[in-house]
Order: sequence, then C-alpha cells, then structure tokens
Amino acid sequence: MARGHDLHEYKGDIAMAMKDVAIVGVGTSDFRRLYADKSQKNDVYQLAAEAFRDALEDCGATQKDVDGLLCVNIKYGPFGDMTGLTGPGFVHDLEGTGRMSGVALQEACSLVESGAAHTVAVVYATNGRTAGLKYGGGDADPAGAYDAMYGMTSTGAYLSMMYQRYRHLYGAPEDALAPLAINNRANGARNPIAVFQQEITKDEYLASRFISQPLRKLDYCIINDGAVAFIVTSMDRARGMSKKPVRVAATAGRAELGRSYISPDFYYATSAAVAEDLYKKSGIGPDQIDCMQVYDNFLPTILFTLEGFGHAPRGASWEWIRDGRIELGGERPMNTSGGHTSESYMQGFALHVEAVRQVRGEAGERQVENCGTVQYMCVSPIVTSHIFTAD
Amino acid sequence: MSEVRSPVLPAARPVVNPDTEEFWKATAEGRFIGRRCDDCGSAMWYPRPICPFCHSSNTRWEDFTGRGTVYSFSVVHRAGGEWKGVTPYVLAYVELEEGPRMMTNIVDCDVESVAIGDEVEVVFEDTGHGSALPRFRPVRAEAGSQA
Ligand SMILES: [Zn+2]
Repeated sequence: MARGHDLHEYKGDIAMAMKDVAIVGVGTSDFRRLYADKSQKNDVYQLAAEAFRDALEDCGATQKDVDGLLCVNIKYGPFGDMTGLTGPGFVHDLEGTGRMSGVALQEACSLVESGAAHTVAVVYATNGRTAGLKYGGGDADPAGAYDAMYGMTSTGAYLSMMYQRYRHLYGAPEDALAPLAINNRANGARNPIAVFQQEITKDEYLASRFISQPLRKLDYCIINDGAVAFIVTSMDRARGMSKKPVRVAATAGRAELGRSYISPDFYYATSAAVAEDLYKKSGIGPDQIDCMQVYDNFLPTILFTLEGFGHAPRGASWEWIRDGRIELGGERPMNTSGGHTSESYMQGFALHVEAVRQVRGEAGERQVENCGTVQYMCVSPIVTSHIFTAD
Repeated sequence: MSEVRSPVLPAARPVVNPDTEEFWKATAEGRFIGRRCDDCGSAMWYPRPICPFCHSSNTRWEDFTGRGTVYSFSVVHRAGGEWKGVTPYVLAYVELEEGPRMMTNIVDCDVESVAIGDEVEVVFEDTGHGSALPRFRPVRAEAGSQA
C-alpha cells in the first residue's frame, strides 16, 4: 500500500534526538467512579491533588522533589496551596484546550533539557461535567463572534464541516467512522476506569443520533470530570526512581493558526511537517510504532491524523482503519484505553498516561504485546506528536 | 442592494467597533461590503483595517457581490441557548466570489437539500439594532434558464 511518508527518509540525523528526558510517574482519577455521581460539583483542585499524589507515588517522589509546575485548566496558586508545592522554581499555567497536552509535555522537556527545572509536574484537571461547562464555543474572541452569531456553538460543528468536506473529496461512506467508535468502546471495555465500558456494534453506531450532521453522538468526546498528572525528569534521575522510565524519544510540533478551526487540507501539510521532523529526530518511522494514541476530540480527527502522520494513505484512512488493523492484536493498535469517546475526555492528557502504561507493560487486559514504541499525535490548531520508548 | 427582512433564525446584535461600524451600517441598508488591500489586492473577511497577508494599512471598503458557493456545511440538530429552539439549521462556510470564506447560515431551503458547491446569495436579517446579519440562500434558477 502506498504511504504518505517513506521510512528511509528518517534514518539520518539521529543526533537531533532528545535523549535525556523521561516520564517517570503518572496518575489519573478513576473516571468511571466520578462519572457515576454528578449530584455535586467536584472541586478541580481536589481532583488535581489526588492525581498529583498518585503520580508522585508512582515514581517514589514527593512534592519536595518537584521544582517545575505546569498547570493546565487550573491555576497554580490554589494547586500549590492544596498540595504543599509552594516554592517551585518554574511555574506556568496553560489554557485548558486539548492542543495543550502535547505542548505541556514539550515545555516540560524543554525545561529539563535547559536545566531551568530538574523535575517537572504537569497537572490537568476538569470538573466540566458537574460544573455544566461547555467546551469550545465560538465567541471567545472578537473574531469568533463572527462564528457564534451563526449558531457555531461547539467545536464539533467545525469538525463536522471539515468532515463533510473530507467526505465530499474522498468519498467516505456514511459508516466510515464506525470502526473508530467501535474500537474505542472495545478498548474501554478492557479498561476498569473507563467511563463507557459497553461494546457497540455497527448498527448501534448508525442508530446514534446526529448532533451536528454528519457527526453523531458517538463521534463526540465525553464530557467528564477528572484529573491527570505526570512527572517529567532527566533520564539520569529517572534511572534512580522506582519505575522503569519511559523515554520521550522525540517530540515535534507546528501550529496552523487562524480564526477558524477549519483547516482546508485537514491539517495535512502541517501534520506532515511535524511527522517529518519527529521521525527524523527519533529515527523511528510509522511502521515501527507498536501502539498509537490519537487525540480524538471528535472521531474524524483520527482520520486526519493517520493521514498527516503517514500511517494511512491520504484520502483513504477510512479504508485503512477497517478489518481490525487498529484493534488490540491488530497491526497498529490505537487508543487502547478507550480514547476520548470511551475512557475519558482529559483533553489528551490521559492519552499520554496510557502511552506510558503501554511502554511499561502495565496496561492489563488491554496491553499491546511487546510494546516498545508508542506515538502520541494531536491534530488541532497546534499539531504535536511524541514518540515514547522504553529506556 | 439585497432584501433586509425579519430574521428566520436568531439574529443577535453584533459587537460593533470603529473598524466595523461602516460594515454593519451597510448591512442595515442591504449592502454587503468588505475590505480589500490596495497593496497586495487581497480581499478579506472579517472586516478589519490591517491586511493579514501583507500587513498594509492601505485597505478600503468595497462592494462585494454577495454571491458565493457552499464550501462546506453541517446540519445542526443539537444546540444550546437561543439556537436550541430552531434546530435543525444549516451552519455553513461560504466561499465568497471575492475569495474569502465566511461562516454563515444557509436559509430559505430544505436543510437536507444543501450540498457543497451550491451557488448562494446574501440575504440580510434585521437585528433590530441598526444592523443585519448576512445569511445566504440558494440562487434559484431563473425562469427559462433551466437546462
Ligand atoms: Zn495586503
């Protein structure tokens, strides 16, 4: 099958690879337990503190070892107060959008590489469900008002327009996204903390009601409460900690900034540029990826991602994903925790944790066999991707 | 000049600032105007004084034709706020004859009948505040011109 990228291009320039940084500790909420009770609004700082505690415990560290703090969707002040992390040497809050999960890890890596911090905690939390939050309305800025006035009430509508055009150009049929929805649920069924653990059939998928046609409810991410934390440090320090370090073999990114979320080529050129940089830095190409974690705010994003990153041929990813290729046990298992439509919508952060668990071999029933290399990809106005490997 | 009429969809009062005052005043009169850069020749949407392509401030108002084609669209079945009661409606990206693409609604047709590439023309819906929202409707084949 023809591929968008030729692996042989990526063999050179390995000296650029980032060799020194690892994720050493991870923590998440029990998303299923939190989802079961929406009677009261959860405190995001309580959720964040629990995930942070779990991430520290996971690597045998305490808050006194952390000298860099990146908070996403929450504020550093109340978080520091809640966790006794009161004197970090570097602090930065990032906006609560999905694109920031990749950016946050990149920033953490840069801090460690530059020596600005030795051990960085990245912490994300949301109480979007119990606080009744809406994600991604179109009126956040003056330019966005030109969208909001027409009833552009959710990012899903942007995606549905992109996907409508994709279908028009490439002839994807009505059930093209079904394998993605089915795969996420099948994986969620093997993940004890996933919000949705019930498998679905193609008929059930097709019976799912339209939200912003052609997108159905089952194409949309969940809105749920929870938190994620991970601890990033140098490989040298990582080797002295309790768990097997997971190396950030390479990371790359590029923005495609504009007033609209709608990219005329579905972020293809931007993603391909990120892919080229990433594969070159790591010396690893798409054919060597054991497991993919793909940011899936809405399921069409997965198609755009697989094409932009050279996993699937351009315009034909909807065929490539069929016949079990992305399932556990398939050629390239994807979103093994259930992704954003089944496990949780932690805006990409929980996908990072799943990448770590897969490399460590801690993924239980959903563990990919001999999983040494995991790729995270996020296609959005800031396209990012990382490759994680065992030390 | 196009028709200015009572809205068929929510028509919230737009935020008007000194850079867009003339645009919104024109909409109330049924005129669709936009900005063009005299240095690089680009037309732009939404209206603003600085050219995003060459950063020139040498930009001016121009009458746009108010015609374009559907670049993409979505039939929205679930929405919040004042849009909740008007589903399904068509949210669309229209490529204007002048080049830029703008978010809008396609109105005056069956929501299931819209397709990419459809020719559309502007219609203005009164906000009740001295402005009107530009929406688009399918261009009807003129009598006698059907193939
Ligand atoms: Zn210009």
